[in-house]
Amino acid sequence: MTKTQPLLQVENLKKHFPVRGGVLGKQVGNVKAVDGVSFTVNKGETLGIVGESGCGKSTTGRMLLRLIESTEGKVVFDGKEVTALSQNELRKLRRDMQMVFQDPFASLNPRHTVGKILEEPLKVHGIGSSAERKKRVKELLETVGLSSYHAKRYPHQFSGGQRQRIGIARALMTRPKLIIADEPVSALDVSIQSQVLNLMQDLQKEFGLTYIVIAHDLGVVRHISDRVGVMYLGKMVELTTSEKLYDKPLHPYTQALLSAVPVPDPLFKKDSIVLQGDIPSPSNPPPGCTFHTRCPFKMDVCEKKVPQMLEHEEGHYAACHLYTEEKQGASQNKEMVGGGAV
Amino acid sequence: MTTKDPVLQVKGLKVSFFTDDGEVPAVDDIDFYVKEGEVLGIVGESGCGKSVTSLSVMGLIPSPPGKITGGEIKLNGEELTTASEKRMRKIRGNDVAMIFQEPMTSLNPLFTIGSQLMDATLIHKKGDKKQAKKRAIEMLKLVGLGRAEELMNEYPHQLSGGMRQRVMIAMAMVCDPKLLIADEPTTALDVTIQAQILKLMKRLNEELNTAIMLITHDLGVVAETCERVVVMYAGKVVENGLAVDIFKDPQHPYTRGLIQSVPDMRYKKQRLYSIPGNVPRPGSIKKGCRFAARCEFAFERCLQEDPPLYKTAEGHSTRCFLFDDTKEDTLHDKDTTIATS
Repeated sequence: MTKTQPLLQVENLKKHFPVRGGVLGKQVGNVKAVDGVSFTVNKGETLGIVGESGCGKSTTGRMLLRLIESTEGKVVFDGKEVTALSQNELRKLRRDMQMVFQDPFASLNPRHTVGKILEEPLKVHGIGSSAERKKRVKELLETVGLSSYHAKRYPHQFSGGQRQRIGIARALMTRPKLIIADEPVSALDVSIQSQVLNLMQDLQKEFGLTYIVIAHDLGVVRHISDRVGVMYLGKMVELTTSEKLYDKPLHPYTQALLSAVPVPDPLFKKDSIVLQGDIPSPSNPPPGCTFHTRCPFKMDVCEKKVPQMLEHEEGHYAACHLYTEEKQGASQNKEMVGGGAV
Repeated sequence: MTTKDPVLQVKGLKVSFFTDDGEVPAVDDIDFYVKEGEVLGIVGESGCGKSVTSLSVMGLIPSPPGKITGGEIKLNGEELTTASEKRMRKIRGNDVAMIFQEPMTSLNPLFTIGSQLMDATLIHKKGDKKQAKKRAIEMLKLVGLGRAEELMNEYPHQLSGGMRQRVMIAMAMVCDPKLLIADEPTTALDVTIQAQILKLMKRLNEELNTAIMLITHDLGVVAETCERVVVMYAGKVVENGLAVDIFKDPQHPYTRGLIQSVPDMRYKKQRLYSIPGNVPRPGSIKKGCRFAARCEFAFERCLQEDPPLYKTAEGHSTRCFLFDDTKEDTLHDKDTTIATS
C-alpha cells in the first residue's frame, strides 16, 4: 500500500465560461465555474470531491480529461502534461483515464447492443483482434456482475443498477489507471447504490485502480474515499483524509455541510448549523472569501481578502481566515463593530 | 396521542394501471393512517407505490390508465374514492394540499408568485382579492421569505430552488389544510437547502398542527422528521411503526437491508451491506412474498403464500412469516438465523 507517488497533479485549474449579452453578443462577464483548484491524487487511492450544485465539481472532473478545455492551470497525469497535449496524443492518453457518468440512462447509446458499447473503446484505441475484443467484453461483463449473454441485449433491457455496471465495465475496457466517476450512484435506489459502491471497491482492489469520485452525498463520499476535497463556488475550501474531514472539519462550510446531512438514526442528536440563504451566483461571486455571505463566523477580513489554502495540520488543508494569524486582529475588529458579523 | 382521530385513514387501497400488458397493480391492499398533527413518513424505493398512494389520496391518479380498484380513503371521515370530481376540487388545496419534488415544474412560469398564491384563496372562496393578497403575503413571511411584498410580483424563474420550494409550501398552506402531502420535497435540493426546508416543515407542523405525510426514499430525512414510518416494497406495506422502533429494531428483512445499505456519515464501514438483486417491476411477482427472491431468510412458505402483517409490538407490525407466532419452530429458527447473521 505505497501511496506516495502522485498519479495526477492539478495546479490552479480554472474554467471561466464567458457570458455574452447585448445585440452584438459581446462578452459582458464571466461565470467562474472553477476558480483556481489544486490537488494531487496518489496511485491506488480514492479522492472524493463533494460540494453542492454549481460548485464546479463536475466541471473540474471533466477538465481533467479535457472533455472541457480549461481556461488556465495545469493537469499532469502520470508525468505527462494533459493540458499541453495535441488531440492525437490526448486520445492515446484517454486509454489510461476513463470516466463513469451519473445517468446510466443517458450515457449508453440505446441503439447499440451492450457488446457493441463495450467493444467501442477497444476499437477506438485499436486494441486486439475482433475475437480478442469479444472475449474481453464477456470477461468484463462477468467482472462487473453481469453475464456474458448480456452482450447481445440493448440498454433498455437493463435496470438502472445494471446499466451503471455496464458504464463501469465500459470504463474498464482499456485497463485504465484512473477512473473519474461523476455521481456514479446518485441516480440509483438505496439498495442498488450499495451494490455499485461495493463493486467499485472490489474492482479497485483487483485492478489497482485510482478513483476520483465526484458526489454530493457526503455519506457515499466518506464511505468510498481515502481523502476528500470540499468545493464551494468554484474553489476548494478544505482537503484532507476522510477521517479527519468528518471528525474534525475546519472550514465553517464543511461543518455546516456535515451537520445538514440527515442521519438515519432518530435518536441521534446533532448540533445542526442551518446555513441561511442560497449559494451566490458564480458569475458574480462575493469578494474575499466567497463563503462570507453565509458564514456564521464571518470576520471583517473575510470580505476583503481571499483566504489561501494552507496546511493547518499534516495533510489537512483549509482555506479560512479563522485559522490564520489574521484571526487575532480581526476578532478585535469584530468586537468594535459590535459583533455585527453575526 | 391515541385519543387523536386520524385525519387520514386508508384501508385496503388497491390501485392498478391498465396497460397493453394487462392489469399492473401499483399499490396492492395497503392500510395506514395519519393522525392529527403528526408527521408520517412513507419510505420505499422507486416503483414501490409510494407516489401512487399519495396521488390517490389527492384523487389525481391519471385515469385511464390508472384506477382505484378497491379499498377506501377517508379524510376527516369523508370517503374520497367515491367522491365526485366537483367535491374533490373543493377538498384539494383546502383540506389536503400537496407539494411535489420539482418546484420548478409545479409553478406556472407565466404567472407571478402573487397571483399563484392568491388563487387558492379565491378558488375556495375564502375571501376577496384584498384578503387573498394579505393572506398570500402572510404565508410568504411564514415560510421565511423576507421580502414578501416584492416577491408577490416576481416570476418563478427569478427564484432559487430552495425559495421555489418555500413558495410551494406557502401555496399549500394558504387554506390551512389539515393534511399536507409532501412527495420527495427535498430530493431536488442541495443538502444545506434541504436542511432549511425540513426545518421549515417541522416548524409548520408544530405551530399550525398540520399533519404531514412525507414521502421519501431518504432514510436520513425520515429519521430526522417523522414520528411514525410506513415502509413500502413492491406495492405493499412491509413494516410500520414508530420511527425510533423501526430504526432501532427493524424487523422485516427488507427494512433491515435498506437501513444497513445506507453509508452512514458518522463512521466508516469497510463494506456496505447490500440487498442482492433488483427492485422488481410492479406486477411481476404474482405469488408469495414480494421480497422472497431477494431475502436471505426466505423459506418454502415465502414462495407460496403472501404473508399478512403480523403485530410484533405495540404499534409495530411486519409483513413477514418470520414473525408468525403460531409457528413456534419457525420463530425459533428466526432467532438463531438473525443472531448469527
